[in-house]
Amino acid sequence: MGVFRMPSLGSDMEAGTLTEWLVKPGDAVKRGDIIAVIETQKGAIEIEVFEDGVVEELQAVPGTTVPVGTPLAVIRGEGEAEAAPEPAASAAAVAEAPPAPSEARPAASAEIRPPDPQSLVTATRIRISPAARRLAERLGIDAARLAGSGPGGAIVLADVEKAQPAAPAPDGMSGMRAAIAAAMVRSKREIPHYYLAHTVDIGAAEDFVARANKDRGPADRLLLAALFVKAVALAVGKYPEFNGFFDDGAFTPAPSVHAGMAINLRGGGLVAPAIHDAQGLSLDAVMAAMRDLVTRVRAGRFRQRELSDPTITISSLGERGVDLLAGVIYPPQVAILGFGTPAERPWVRDGKVVAARTVTLTLSADHRVSDGHRGALFLNRIGRLLLEPETL
Amino acid sequence: MTRSELEAILTRELHRIAPDIGMADVDRDGDLREEFDIDSMDFLTLVAALSKETGAEMPESDYGQMGSVNAMLDYLEG
Repeated sequence: MGVFRMPSLGSDMEAGTLTEWLVKPGDAVKRGDIIAVIETQKGAIEIEVFEDGVVEELQAVPGTTVPVGTPLAVIRGEGEAEAAPEPAASAAAVAEAPPAPSEARPAASAEIRPPDPQSLVTATRIRISPAARRLAERLGIDAARLAGSGPGGAIVLADVEKAQPAAPAPDGMSGMRAAIAAAMVRSKREIPHYYLAHTVDIGAAEDFVARANKDRGPADRLLLAALFVKAVALAVGKYPEFNGFFDDGAFTPAPSVHAGMAINLRGGGLVAPAIHDAQGLSLDAVMAAMRDLVTRVRAGRFRQRELSDPTITISSLGERGVDLLAGVIYPPQVAILGFGTPAERPWVRDGKVVAARTVTLTLSADHRVSDGHRGALFLNRIGRLLLEPETL
Repeated sequence: MTRSELEAILTRELHRIAPDIGMADVDRDGDLREEFDIDSMDFLTLVAALSKETGAEMPESDYGQMGSVNAMLDYLEG
Protein backbone atom coordinates (compact mmCIF):
# COMPACT_ATOMS: atom_id res chain seq x y z
CA MET A 1 0.00 0.00 0.00
CA GLY A 2 1.53 3.30 -0.99
CA VAL A 3 0.57 6.80 -0.11
CA PHE A 4 0.91 9.32 -2.92
CA ARG A 5 1.95 12.63 -1.39
CA MET A 6 2.31 16.22 -2.51
CA PRO A 7 5.82 16.08 -3.94
CA SER A 8 8.58 18.59 -3.39
CA LEU A 9 9.59 20.08 -6.73
CA GLY A 10 12.62 21.90 -5.50
CA SER A 11 14.12 23.18 -2.32
CA ASP A 12 12.05 26.35 -2.49
CA MET A 13 8.65 24.67 -2.65
CA GLU A 14 6.55 24.47 0.48
CA ALA A 15 3.05 23.82 -0.83
CA GLY A 16 1.17 23.04 -4.01
CA THR A 17 -2.39 23.13 -5.30
CA LEU A 18 -3.96 20.03 -6.76
CA THR A 19 -5.43 21.18 -10.08
CA GLU A 20 -6.81 17.95 -11.44
CA TRP A 21 -6.70 14.20 -11.14
CA LEU A 22 -5.93 12.30 -14.34
CA VAL A 23 -6.99 8.99 -12.74
CA LYS A 24 -9.98 7.79 -10.76
CA PRO A 25 -10.36 5.14 -8.05
CA GLY A 26 -10.01 1.68 -9.52
CA ASP A 27 -7.63 2.75 -12.30
CA ALA A 28 -4.48 0.68 -12.72
CA VAL A 29 -1.32 2.78 -12.75
CA LYS A 30 2.27 2.03 -13.61
CA ARG A 31 5.38 3.65 -12.24
CA GLY A 32 5.99 6.80 -14.29
CA ASP A 33 2.35 7.37 -15.25
CA ILE A 34 1.21 10.96 -14.93
CA ILE A 35 -1.71 10.86 -12.53
CA ALA A 36 -2.24 14.45 -11.42
CA VAL A 37 -1.55 18.06 -12.29
CA ILE A 38 -0.55 20.42 -9.53
CA GLU A 39 -0.13 24.14 -9.60
CA THR A 40 2.99 25.54 -7.99
CA GLN A 41 4.73 28.87 -8.06
CA LYS A 42 6.45 27.61 -11.17
CA GLY A 43 3.26 26.84 -13.06
CA ALA A 44 1.26 23.70 -13.72
CA ILE A 45 3.30 20.53 -13.27
CA GLU A 46 2.40 17.02 -14.27
CA ILE A 47 3.02 14.54 -11.48
CA GLU A 48 4.12 10.95 -11.89
CA VAL A 49 3.36 8.02 -9.65
CA PHE A 50 6.33 6.04 -8.36
CA GLU A 51 4.89 2.56 -8.05
CA ASP A 52 2.70 0.10 -9.90
CA GLY A 53 -0.74 -0.55 -8.50
CA VAL A 54 -4.37 0.43 -8.44
CA VAL A 55 -5.74 3.78 -7.31
CA GLU A 56 -7.60 2.91 -4.12
CA GLU A 57 -8.71 6.34 -3.02
CA LEU A 58 -8.25 9.95 -4.02
CA GLN A 59 -7.96 11.83 -0.75
CA ALA A 60 -7.50 15.37 -1.94
CA VAL A 61 -10.02 17.41 -3.87
CA PRO A 62 -8.92 19.47 -6.88
CA GLY A 63 -8.48 23.07 -5.83
CA THR A 64 -6.92 22.13 -2.50
CA THR A 65 -3.65 23.73 -1.48
CA VAL A 66 -1.59 21.50 0.78
CA PRO A 67 1.94 21.44 2.17
CA VAL A 68 4.61 19.23 0.65
CA GLY A 69 4.31 15.70 2.03
CA THR A 70 0.54 15.71 2.51
CA PRO A 71 -1.11 12.44 1.40
CA LEU A 72 -3.11 12.95 -1.79
CA ALA A 73 -4.08 9.41 -2.75
CA VAL A 74 -3.70 5.78 -1.77
CA ILE A 75 -2.21 3.41 -4.32
CA ARG A 76 -2.76 -0.28 -3.65
CA GLY A 77 0.18 -2.38 -4.75
CA GLU A 78 -0.41 -5.23 -7.18
CA GLY A 79 -1.75 -8.29 -5.39
CA GLU A 80 -2.51 -6.41 -2.19
CA ALA A 81 -5.96 -6.76 -0.71
CA GLU A 82 -8.15 -3.73 -0.40
CA ALA A 83 -7.64 -2.13 2.97
CA ALA A 84 -8.74 0.84 4.97
CA PRO A 85 -6.87 3.89 3.76
CA GLU A 86 -4.66 5.97 6.00
CA PRO A 87 -7.02 8.41 7.70
CA ALA A 88 -5.13 11.42 6.57
CA ALA A 89 -6.85 13.77 4.22
CA SER A 90 -10.29 13.76 5.73
CA ALA A 91 -9.99 17.46 6.36
CA ALA A 92 -10.14 18.10 2.65
CA ALA A 93 -13.90 18.02 2.72
CA VAL A 94 -14.15 20.24 5.76
CA ALA A 95 -12.18 23.10 4.44
CA GLU A 96 -14.37 24.27 1.65
CA ALA A 97 -13.81 27.88 2.49
CA PRO A 98 -16.35 30.17 0.92
CA PRO A 99 -14.79 33.14 -0.81
CA ALA A 100 -14.75 36.21 1.39
CA PRO A 101 -17.96 38.10 0.72
CA SER A 102 -16.48 41.47 1.54
CA GLU A 103 -14.69 43.74 -0.87
CA ALA A 104 -12.18 42.07 -3.11
CA ARG A 105 -8.89 42.75 -1.45
CA PRO A 106 -5.64 41.79 -3.16
CA ALA A 107 -3.25 39.95 -0.93
CA ALA A 108 0.41 40.65 -0.97
CA SER A 109 1.30 37.14 -2.00
CA ALA A 110 0.00 33.62 -2.13
CA GLU A 111 -0.36 32.07 1.27
CA ILE A 112 2.26 29.48 2.04
CA ARG A 113 2.23 27.58 5.27
CA PRO A 114 4.97 25.49 6.81
CA PRO A 115 5.04 21.89 5.69
CA ASP A 116 3.13 19.61 7.99
CA PRO A 117 2.82 16.17 6.45
CA GLN A 118 0.67 14.94 9.35
CA SER A 119 -2.34 17.10 8.76
CA LEU A 120 -4.36 18.74 6.11
CA VAL A 121 -5.87 21.43 8.24
CA THR A 122 -4.69 24.16 5.92
CA ALA A 123 -6.62 22.93 2.94
CA THR A 124 -8.77 25.44 1.14
CA ARG A 125 -10.96 24.74 -1.80
CA ILE A 126 -11.69 27.60 -4.10
CA ARG A 127 -13.97 27.53 -7.10
CA ILE A 128 -11.98 29.36 -9.73
CA SER A 129 -11.59 29.11 -13.47
CA PRO A 130 -8.16 28.00 -14.73
CA ALA A 131 -7.56 31.33 -16.48
CA ALA A 132 -8.49 33.25 -13.34
CA ARG A 133 -6.22 31.03 -11.27
CA ARG A 134 -3.31 31.68 -13.57
CA LEU A 135 -3.83 35.45 -13.53
CA ALA A 136 -4.20 35.49 -9.74
CA GLU A 137 -1.01 33.48 -9.45
CA ARG A 138 0.82 35.81 -11.77
CA LEU A 139 -0.35 38.90 -9.91
CA GLY A 140 0.31 37.38 -6.50
CA ILE A 141 -3.36 37.72 -5.54
CA ASP A 142 -4.71 35.27 -2.97
CA ALA A 143 -7.77 33.87 -4.74
CA ALA A 144 -9.29 32.75 -1.44
CA ARG A 145 -9.92 36.39 -0.62
CA LEU A 146 -11.82 37.16 -3.81
CA ALA A 147 -15.56 37.18 -4.24
CA GLY A 148 -16.65 35.13 -7.24
CA SER A 149 -19.21 36.42 -9.71
CA GLY A 150 -19.29 33.34 -11.94
CA PRO A 151 -21.62 30.33 -11.88
CA GLY A 152 -22.06 29.03 -8.33
CA GLY A 153 -19.91 31.82 -6.97
CA ALA A 154 -16.88 30.70 -8.95
CA ILE A 155 -14.10 33.22 -9.35
CA VAL A 156 -13.71 34.21 -13.00
CA LEU A 157 -11.13 36.25 -14.85
CA ALA A 158 -13.02 39.52 -14.38
CA ASP A 159 -12.99 39.09 -10.59
CA VAL A 160 -9.24 38.78 -10.56
CA GLU A 161 -8.80 41.69 -12.94
CA LYS A 162 -10.96 43.84 -10.66
CA ALA A 163 -8.77 42.94 -7.72
CA GLN A 164 -5.58 43.88 -9.49
CA PRO A 165 -3.77 46.43 -7.37
CA ALA A 166 -3.32 49.84 -8.95
CA ALA A 167 0.23 50.02 -7.72
CA PRO A 168 2.33 47.03 -6.74
CA ALA A 169 2.18 46.21 -3.06
CA PRO A 170 5.47 46.70 -1.24
CA ASP A 171 6.10 42.97 -1.14
CA GLY A 172 3.79 42.06 -3.99
CA MET A 173 6.07 39.63 -5.79
CA SER A 174 4.41 37.16 -8.09
CA GLY A 175 4.70 33.49 -7.23
CA MET A 176 7.33 32.96 -9.92
CA ARG A 177 9.38 35.94 -8.75
CA ALA A 178 9.14 34.77 -5.16
CA ALA A 179 10.28 31.25 -6.11
CA ILE A 180 13.29 32.58 -7.99
CA ALA A 181 14.08 34.98 -5.17
CA ALA A 182 13.98 32.19 -2.58
CA ALA A 183 16.27 29.91 -4.59
CA MET A 184 18.74 32.64 -5.52
CA VAL A 185 18.95 34.06 -1.99
CA ARG A 186 19.63 30.57 -0.69
CA SER A 187 22.27 30.07 -3.39
CA LYS A 188 24.11 33.29 -2.63
CA ARG A 189 23.85 32.73 1.11
CA GLU A 190 25.05 29.13 1.14
CA ILE A 191 27.15 28.53 -1.96
CA PRO A 192 30.64 29.99 -2.22
CA HIS A 193 30.67 30.56 -5.98
CA TYR A 194 33.77 30.89 -8.08
CA TYR A 195 33.64 31.98 -11.71
CA LEU A 196 35.78 31.10 -14.73
CA ALA A 197 35.48 32.21 -18.35
CA HIS A 198 36.87 30.75 -21.53
CA THR A 199 36.43 31.97 -25.10
CA VAL A 200 36.10 29.36 -27.83
CA ASP A 201 36.27 29.49 -31.62
CA ILE A 202 32.91 28.12 -32.78
CA GLY A 203 33.52 28.33 -36.52
CA ALA A 204 33.69 24.56 -36.84
CA ALA A 205 30.57 24.07 -34.72
CA GLU A 206 28.58 26.58 -36.76
CA ASP A 207 29.77 25.05 -40.03
CA PHE A 208 28.74 21.66 -38.72
CA VAL A 209 25.24 22.96 -37.93
CA ALA A 210 24.96 24.67 -41.33
CA ARG A 211 25.98 21.45 -43.13
CA ALA A 212 23.59 19.35 -41.06
CA ASN A 213 20.71 21.74 -41.74
CA LYS A 214 21.37 22.22 -45.43
CA ASP A 215 19.02 19.51 -46.60
CA ARG A 216 16.67 19.48 -43.66
CA GLY A 217 13.23 21.00 -43.35
CA PRO A 218 12.80 23.57 -40.58
CA ALA A 219 11.17 21.06 -38.26
CA ASP A 220 14.32 18.89 -38.27
CA ARG A 221 16.98 21.56 -38.01
CA LEU A 222 19.62 21.76 -35.31
CA LEU A 223 20.49 24.81 -33.24
CA LEU A 224 23.98 25.55 -31.96
CA ALA A 225 22.55 25.34 -28.43
CA ALA A 226 22.07 21.59 -28.88
CA LEU A 227 25.84 21.26 -29.39
CA PHE A 228 26.44 23.31 -26.24
CA VAL A 229 24.23 21.00 -24.19
CA LYS A 230 25.84 17.86 -25.58
CA ALA A 231 29.38 19.17 -25.10
CA VAL A 232 28.68 20.00 -21.46
CA ALA A 233 27.04 16.61 -20.87
CA LEU A 234 30.01 14.76 -22.39
CA ALA A 235 32.62 16.84 -20.57
CA VAL A 236 30.98 16.11 -17.23
CA GLY A 237 31.93 12.44 -17.66
CA LYS A 238 35.55 13.33 -16.84
CA TYR A 239 34.69 15.95 -14.24
CA PRO A 240 31.90 14.47 -12.12
CA GLU A 241 32.35 17.03 -9.32
CA PHE A 242 30.32 19.51 -11.36
CA ASN A 243 27.30 17.24 -11.79
CA GLY A 244 25.19 16.37 -8.75
CA PHE A 245 23.81 17.74 -5.52
CA PHE A 246 25.23 19.28 -2.37
CA ASP A 247 22.88 18.38 0.45
CA ASP A 248 23.29 18.08 4.22
CA GLY A 249 26.93 19.04 4.09
CA ALA A 250 27.99 16.49 1.50
CA PHE A 251 28.26 16.28 -2.27
CA THR A 252 26.75 13.36 -4.13
CA PRO A 253 27.74 13.07 -7.78
CA ALA A 254 24.87 12.13 -10.07
CA PRO A 255 25.16 8.91 -12.11
CA SER A 256 23.70 10.57 -15.22
CA VAL A 257 23.60 14.07 -16.68
CA HIS A 258 20.20 15.73 -16.47
CA ALA A 259 20.99 19.02 -18.14
CA GLY A 260 18.77 21.82 -16.84
CA MET A 261 18.06 24.23 -19.65
CA ALA A 262 17.23 27.76 -18.55
CA ILE A 263 14.16 28.93 -20.47
CA ASN A 264 12.91 32.45 -20.02
CA LEU A 265 9.19 33.00 -19.78
CA ARG A 266 7.44 35.78 -21.59
CA GLY A 267 6.25 38.27 -19.05
CA GLY A 268 9.07 37.50 -16.65
CA GLY A 269 10.71 34.69 -14.80
CA LEU A 270 12.39 31.54 -15.95
CA VAL A 271 12.49 27.82 -15.33
CA ALA A 272 15.24 25.30 -15.99
CA PRO A 273 13.72 21.88 -16.64
CA ALA A 274 15.97 18.93 -17.43
CA ILE A 275 16.98 17.14 -20.58
CA HIS A 276 17.41 13.67 -19.12
CA ASP A 277 20.50 11.50 -19.68
CA ALA A 278 21.85 14.11 -22.09
CA GLN A 279 25.27 12.43 -22.28
CA GLY A 280 23.75 9.44 -24.10
CA LEU A 281 21.53 11.33 -26.54
CA SER A 282 22.38 12.05 -30.16
CA LEU A 283 22.43 15.70 -31.19
CA ASP A 284 19.09 15.23 -32.90
CA ALA A 285 17.65 13.74 -29.73
CA VAL A 286 19.02 16.62 -27.64
CA MET A 287 17.48 19.04 -30.11
CA ALA A 288 14.13 17.23 -30.02
CA ALA A 289 14.17 17.32 -26.22
CA MET A 290 14.94 21.04 -26.25
CA ARG A 291 12.09 21.77 -28.67
CA ASP A 292 9.71 19.70 -26.61
CA LEU A 293 10.69 21.44 -23.37
CA VAL A 294 10.43 24.94 -24.81
CA THR A 295 7.04 24.16 -26.33
CA ARG A 296 5.68 22.78 -23.09
CA VAL A 297 7.22 25.49 -20.91
CA ARG A 298 5.62 28.13 -23.12
CA ALA A 299 2.30 26.33 -22.73
CA GLY A 300 2.86 26.15 -18.99
CA ARG A 301 3.00 22.36 -18.80
CA PHE A 302 6.05 20.46 -17.68
CA ARG A 303 6.64 17.42 -15.58
CA GLN A 304 7.67 17.05 -12.00
CA ARG A 305 10.86 15.17 -12.73
CA GLU A 306 12.03 17.72 -15.27
CA LEU A 307 11.95 20.56 -12.77
CA SER A 308 13.24 18.83 -9.70
CA ASP A 309 16.11 16.75 -10.95
CA PRO A 310 18.51 18.73 -13.16
CA THR A 311 22.04 17.83 -12.05
CA ILE A 312 23.72 20.80 -13.75
CA THR A 313 22.26 23.87 -15.47
CA ILE A 314 23.06 25.46 -18.81
CA SER A 315 22.06 29.03 -19.51
CA SER A 316 22.42 30.80 -22.80
CA LEU A 317 21.59 34.42 -23.44
CA GLY A 318 22.59 33.91 -27.04
CA GLU A 319 21.63 36.69 -29.42
CA ARG A 320 20.92 39.08 -26.59
CA GLY A 321 24.25 40.74 -27.14
CA VAL A 322 25.90 39.90 -23.83
CA ASP A 323 29.50 38.74 -24.03
CA LEU A 324 29.33 36.51 -21.00
CA LEU A 325 27.04 35.62 -18.17
CA ALA A 326 28.15 34.57 -14.71
CA GLY A 327 25.25 32.45 -13.53
CA VAL A 328 23.93 31.86 -10.03
CA ILE A 329 23.88 28.17 -9.12
CA TYR A 330 20.45 26.64 -8.51
CA PRO A 331 20.72 24.77 -5.22
CA PRO A 332 21.31 21.96 -4.45
CA GLN A 333 23.19 21.79 -7.78
CA VAL A 334 26.87 22.73 -7.78
CA ALA A 335 27.50 24.27 -11.20
CA ILE A 336 25.93 26.36 -13.92
CA LEU A 337 27.38 26.92 -17.39
CA GLY A 338 26.73 30.19 -19.19
CA PHE A 339 27.05 30.75 -22.94
CA GLY A 340 27.35 34.34 -24.17
CA THR A 341 26.41 35.62 -27.59
CA PRO A 342 28.13 33.91 -30.52
CA ALA A 343 29.64 36.73 -32.57
CA GLU A 344 32.48 37.63 -34.91
CA ARG A 345 35.45 38.87 -32.89
CA PRO A 346 39.20 39.42 -33.40
CA TRP A 347 41.00 36.12 -32.90
CA VAL A 348 44.56 34.94 -33.36
CA ARG A 349 44.95 31.95 -35.66
CA ASP A 350 48.36 30.76 -36.90
CA GLY A 351 50.00 33.96 -35.65
CA LYS A 352 47.55 36.25 -37.48
CA VAL A 353 44.65 38.28 -36.19
CA VAL A 354 41.54 37.17 -38.02
CA ALA A 355 37.81 37.71 -37.65
CA ALA A 356 36.43 34.55 -36.09
CA ARG A 357 33.08 33.47 -34.71
CA THR A 358 33.54 32.95 -30.97
CA VAL A 359 31.51 32.39 -27.84
CA THR A 360 32.55 32.97 -24.25
CA LEU A 361 31.55 30.23 -21.91
CA THR A 362 31.54 30.64 -18.18
CA LEU A 363 31.45 28.25 -15.30
CA SER A 364 30.02 29.19 -11.92
CA ALA A 365 30.83 26.41 -9.51
CA ASP A 366 30.54 25.56 -5.82
CA HIS A 367 33.91 25.97 -4.10
CA ARG A 368 32.88 23.53 -1.36
CA VAL A 369 32.94 20.79 -3.99
CA SER A 370 35.51 21.76 -6.61
CA ASP A 371 38.45 24.09 -7.18
CA GLY A 372 39.28 26.49 -9.96
CA HIS A 373 41.97 24.22 -11.35
CA ARG A 374 39.49 21.44 -12.09
CA GLY A 375 36.98 24.01 -13.25
CA ALA A 376 39.45 25.29 -15.81
CA LEU A 377 40.07 21.77 -17.10
CA PHE A 378 36.31 21.19 -17.32
CA LEU A 379 35.79 24.40 -19.34
CA ASN A 380 38.70 23.52 -21.62
CA ARG A 381 37.24 20.09 -22.25
CA ILE A 382 33.91 21.66 -23.30
CA GLY A 383 35.80 24.04 -25.58
CA ARG A 384 37.75 21.21 -27.23
CA LEU A 385 34.57 19.25 -27.86
CA LEU A 386 33.08 22.28 -29.62
CA LEU A 387 36.17 22.45 -31.84
CA GLU A 388 35.43 18.89 -32.97
CA PRO A 389 31.66 18.91 -33.37
CA GLU A 390 31.64 15.57 -35.20
CA THR A 391 32.59 13.93 -31.89
CA LEU A 392 29.40 15.18 -30.25
CA MET B 1 -0.75 33.59 -51.92
CA THR B 2 -1.42 37.31 -51.72
CA ARG B 3 0.55 39.55 -49.45
CA SER B 4 -2.44 40.06 -47.17
CA GLU B 5 -2.93 36.29 -46.86
CA LEU B 6 0.76 35.91 -46.02
CA GLU B 7 0.50 38.72 -43.51
CA ALA B 8 -2.47 37.03 -41.85
CA ILE B 9 -0.44 33.82 -41.49
CA LEU B 10 2.63 35.63 -40.20
CA THR B 11 0.53 37.61 -37.71
CA ARG B 12 -1.16 34.46 -36.45
CA GLU B 13 2.08 32.49 -36.03
CA LEU B 14 3.86 35.39 -34.33
CA HIS B 15 0.92 35.75 -31.98
CA ARG B 16 1.24 32.08 -31.08
CA ILE B 17 4.88 32.60 -30.13
CA ALA B 18 4.72 36.13 -28.73
CA PRO B 19 1.13 36.71 -27.60
CA ASP B 20 2.13 39.75 -25.58
CA ILE B 21 3.32 41.76 -28.58
CA GLY B 22 0.96 42.83 -31.35
CA MET B 23 1.78 43.53 -34.96
CA ALA B 24 0.57 47.11 -34.41
CA ASP B 25 3.19 47.64 -31.68
CA VAL B 26 6.27 46.85 -33.72
CA ASP B 27 8.50 48.52 -36.26
CA ARG B 28 7.87 46.42 -39.34
CA ASP B 29 11.33 47.18 -40.66
CA GLY B 30 12.99 46.59 -37.29
CA ASP B 31 14.83 43.41 -36.32
CA LEU B 32 12.14 40.73 -36.12
CA ARG B 33 13.74 38.89 -33.20
CA GLU B 34 14.19 42.06 -31.19
CA GLU B 35 10.78 43.52 -32.00
CA PHE B 36 9.03 40.36 -30.84
CA ASP B 37 11.64 39.40 -28.24
CA ILE B 38 12.08 35.91 -29.69
CA ASP B 39 15.13 33.68 -29.44
CA SER B 40 16.62 31.28 -31.96
CA MET B 41 14.32 28.45 -30.85
CA ASP B 42 11.26 30.69 -31.28
CA PHE B 43 12.52 31.82 -34.69
CA LEU B 44 12.98 28.21 -35.76
CA THR B 45 9.45 27.45 -34.56
CA LEU B 46 8.18 30.40 -36.60
CA VAL B 47 10.03 29.30 -39.72
CA ALA B 48 8.77 25.74 -39.34
CA ALA B 49 5.17 26.96 -39.05
CA LEU B 50 5.46 29.37 -42.00
CA SER B 51 7.12 26.74 -44.12
CA LYS B 52 4.35 24.28 -43.37
CA GLU B 53 1.58 26.77 -44.15
CA THR B 54 3.05 28.34 -47.27
CA GLY B 55 4.99 25.40 -48.68
CA ALA B 56 8.14 27.56 -48.92
CA GLU B 57 11.33 25.66 -48.10
CA MET B 58 12.91 28.54 -46.19
CA PRO B 59 16.48 27.15 -45.98
CA GLU B 60 18.74 28.34 -43.21
CA SER B 61 20.97 30.09 -45.75
CA ASP B 62 18.04 32.44 -46.48
CA TYR B 63 17.49 33.49 -42.85
CA GLY B 64 19.29 36.74 -43.62
CA GLN B 65 16.41 37.70 -45.92
CA MET B 66 13.85 37.20 -43.14
CA GLY B 67 15.15 39.81 -40.71
CA SER B 68 12.05 41.99 -40.30
CA VAL B 69 8.29 41.72 -40.74
CA ASN B 70 8.44 43.41 -44.12
CA ALA B 71 11.49 41.41 -45.23
CA MET B 72 9.78 38.18 -44.22
CA LEU B 73 6.68 39.09 -46.25
CA ASP B 74 8.85 40.05 -49.25
CA TYR B 75 10.65 36.73 -48.93
CA LEU B 76 7.47 34.68 -48.70
CA GLU B 77 5.96 36.57 -51.62
CA GLY B 78 9.01 35.43 -53.56
